Amino acid sequence: MDASTWVAKRPTPSALAQLFDNKAFLIAVCLFPAVGLLLVFLTYPLGLGIYLAFTDTEIGGNGHWIGLENFEYLLTDRIFINSVWNTMFYTFVATVGKFALGLWLALLLNHHIPFQSAIRAIILLPYIVPTVLSAIAFWWIYDPQFSIISYVVVDQLHLRDKYFDFLGEPWPARWSLIVANIWRGIPFVAITLLAGLQTISPSLYEAAMLDGASPWQQFRRITAPLLMPILAIVMTFSVLFTFTDFQLVYAITRGGPINSTHLMATLAFQRGIPGAQLGEGAAIAVAMIPFLIFATLFSYYALGNRKWQQGSDND
Amino acid sequence: MATVSVRAVRKAFGSTEVLHGVDVEVEDGEFVILVGPSGCGKSTLLRMIAGLENVTRGEIAIGGRVVNNVAPKERDIAMVFQNYALYPHMTVHDNMAFSLSLLNAPKEVIAAKVGRAAEILGLQPYLQRYPRQLSGGQRQRVAMGRAIVRDPQVFLFDEPLSNLDAKLRVAMRAEIKDLHQRLGTTTIYVTHDQIEAMTMADKIVVMNGGNVEQMGGPLDLYDRPDNLFVAGFIGSPAMNFLKGEIRGGAFHTGDVALPLPLQVPSGAQDGRRVIYGIRPEHLLLDAAGVAATVHVTEPTGSETQVIMNLGTTQVVGAFRERITQKPGQSLHIAPDPALVHLFDEKTGTRLS
Ligand SMILES: Nc1ncnc2c1ncn2[C@@H]1O[C@H](COP(=O)(O)OP(=O)(O)O)[C@@H](O)[C@H]1O
Ligand SMILES: [Mg+2]
Repeated sequence: MDASTWVAKRPTPSALAQLFDNKAFLIAVCLFPAVGLLLVFLTYPLGLGIYLAFTDTEIGGNGHWIGLENFEYLLTDRIFINSVWNTMFYTFVATVGKFALGLWLALLLNHHIPFQSAIRAIILLPYIVPTVLSAIAFWWIYDPQFSIISYVVVDQLHLRDKYFDFLGEPWPARWSLIVANIWRGIPFVAITLLAGLQTISPSLYEAAMLDGASPWQQFRRITAPLLMPILAIVMTFSVLFTFTDFQLVYAITRGGPINSTHLMATLAFQRGIPGAQLGEGAAIAVAMIPFLIFATLFSYYALGNRKWQQGSDND
Repeated sequence: MATVSVRAVRKAFGSTEVLHGVDVEVEDGEFVILVGPSGCGKSTLLRMIAGLENVTRGEIAIGGRVVNNVAPKERDIAMVFQNYALYPHMTVHDNMAFSLSLLNAPKEVIAAKVGRAAEILGLQPYLQRYPRQLSGGQRQRVAMGRAIVRDPQVFLFDEPLSNLDAKLRVAMRAEIKDLHQRLGTTTIYVTHDQIEAMTMADKIVVMNGGNVEQMGGPLDLYDRPDNLFVAGFIGSPAMNFLKGEIRGGAFHTGDVALPLPLQVPSGAQDGRRVIYGIRPEHLLLDAAGVAATVHVTEPTGSETQVIMNLGTTQVVGAFRERITQKPGQSLHIAPDPALVHLFDEKTGTRLS
């Protein structure tokens, strides 16, 4: 057959190809793995956890449905109430610290400075190191005898004559944990905010400069509002991570001294696993849910949703 | 309002120099257009006048004051960017009021100034919209409104129309010209489009490769281009160039002979090798003229453009008459001797 006698005709697709062209089938096939995974690995444990919170299950024993008894007991438990305050304080202060320092770093990196990519890589380091490893490092830094801070301040600079006791007293221990958490959280905040800053067109700053805006006015009137949507998302995640933090605290203080640094997550684990009170541990974990929902909604709706982002693009 | 003087200005980015000593004088209230091909340094020069780039060498003065070391906001200029640079999080009103609000201007002053700019530009119905909700032409107007509200000494425009479609571009062209006539503010306008330059400017500065090729009124550039670059850049369709030599009082290229200009330039002695320039619209149908072979005809209604071979050179003619010749047939043409240009073959400069 030569080119002049050939007639264009689409070949009939095979049965399998037809099946995959069927929209309903395709949707089902594509959704199945995601839905399956969600059900097995998310919904089931979450559901089980919530169920356990209403039982008196202990490790190794079958529990009974006891309604709100766990929660009623927790409301009278000074350690639990303390852990709630601790968690809120820890989350609030650490978030403020992370965002202040992270934003500062991001603004710095958004300008052309020497060794920019090297500095960016260094900033990411705390995020790359496994949390437990950095927790152990902080544990050493805060050690009453081998602390490098004590060594420098006392032995080298002679600014003090007694070693610091970072983790032996409640307040120093709380602040020490907050510092560790800020250190660990800065990279995430700095890098994501930097990405946000880089989406802002430089010509906006040039226009603002010609309009007479000082650097501070440029930050307040251009950078801040344009960064807000991304800031809100980063803030939401950061609050979630900090509020549910477990590793740092558990590795550095285990909730001590005398339960003064317990967060809700560490207390839940403590009661549930080493303490064998699965039901009570689950109840503490469940008690975190309303806080998390509130924090998410607040940062998402109060900060994130901007009128100027809506409406159609006419480009 | 103010004059702007650019004196022997050079600009280097690192070790590459992109402006090689540029001189431009802008009179008070004048509409000056910097035109040239992409990458010739127009934007760089404009940004230096705005203070967004520093001056490597030379001097820029606005209203008689040297501003080399004056911050952009102290220069009292307003700039319209190619991408408009509207603040996406502010309404049209707030975009225009931004500069005033930075000065803590009283509410009534802001309302009056923004109101006037909105009225001039027909933006009143859109004051509460965000930039996203506007069309390209409306955004363009907001960008101009932001400049007008400032009441600056000088307006700077960097290719403000290049993101608009062809029809809107023509409409905005007239609108900007009208605006300039009403406000009378000194304006420097950058474009790569020579038609924009010809239709809008009081004075055109033709730039190429970091140098000013020629400066003058639109018709001066059209009538007496200083060199081959300006001759080829200004005018559409572009001027035809034929290579050849002067012999016996005529121009010879191959076996075609064409008449010399009416006023023969002093340098046009016999034996000189020159480039003969004739605009398509200055070729006339003439039974006594030379024969050219028609290649393609492009009727536009009002005129017909004909691409034809004259000897070994391809030339374009634009004729008011209807052309009936088919491709391959011949057409007798003659250049209007009053409108012929001669350029030196080596340097490309005009013989005069
Ligand atoms: N910030 C910069 N760094 C290095 N080179 C630049 C910079 N800005 C412009 N240039 C170069 O300067 C030349 C002129 O650019 P520009 O003024 O933008 O040209 P035009 O506006 O005429 O198209 C170009 O070759 C461009 O690559
Ligand atoms: Mg440009």
